[in-house]
Amino acid sequence: MVPISYVFGLSAALFGIGVCGVLVRRNIIVMIMSIELMLNAANLAFVALGRSLGSTDGQVIVFFVITVAAAEAAVGLAIVISIFRSRETANADEFNLMRW
Amino acid sequence: MTAWLFGFLATLALVSALGVILQRNPVHSLMALIVTLLVTAVFFIALGAVTIGFLQAIIYAGAIMVLFLFVIWLLNIQAEEREAGHLALKSFGALAAAALVAELLAIAGRAPAPEAAVKPSPAYGTIATLAAALFSHYLIAFEATSLLLLVAIVGAVALARRMPRRRSTAASPAAASVSATGQDVSAPEVSRRAASA
Repeated sequence: MVPISYVFGLSAALFGIGVCGVLVRRNIIVMIMSIELMLNAANLAFVALGRSLGSTDGQVIVFFVITVAAAEAAVGLAIVISIFRSRETANADEFNLMRW
Repeated sequence: MTAWLFGFLATLALVSALGVILQRNPVHSLMALIVTLLVTAVFFIALGAVTIGFLQAIIYAGAIMVLFLFVIWLLNIQAEEREAGHLALKSFGALAAAALVAELLAIAGRAPAPEAAVKPSPAYGTIATLAAALFSHYLIAFEATSLLLLVAIVGAVALARRMPRRRSTAASPAAASVSATGQDVSAPEVSRRAASA
């Protein structure tokens, strides 16, 4: 069994890649995918911590995170479809309807 | 999990995660994301969370990713062109993400290790253990989750529904353009047939 800090390191790297994707990419669908990547990295940390403490609570939280991610993906993609109808683009820079 | 197996899986996860943000075609990004999610499911199973690992593979890598694929196909999103601008902004974003990773790694390194590796019980991670926790201590959160899913379903349908007023205005130009292109296609064809005859 590898030390639990290795799994934390992998989780941190995956989270950073997700943050980089949200900041760098302009395609709205790839940005949502990067958010899923970050949620997944957090899930990995939860499971690793629960394993090291011998507790089931980490897995329960991951269960809830997966549920919330499903709801978030459904609503987010519905918003993307709704915007795409009027703007005909998936580029986040073009979405300036609510810009002050 | 042996060290070399962990190294192999971690490398696979990192490479496919980089593929998510580096691929230009959204479908390729999605395939890389599915690989990342499946490798994470393997990690879950190796860490003892067998039920959560299979749930991750079925719900996350299966259902949610199919939803993404449907949306990409529905909107017919092509691979984007290489953008020239925003180079300073992008490099700043990459630097900020690298700083965040360094900070998280420092925190992970400083975290006090658990006193001794707790030997998990044989029932650890089984569906019975998970359900016992879900339906006793987390019951209210579980019921709130069902409400959240209901709201998400109604919200997604309401958001993606085409407005009746907009459909009446959008339908006629679409029909007009279809008929116009039909004429455009048919007219050269007729002249070509006439020329060949």
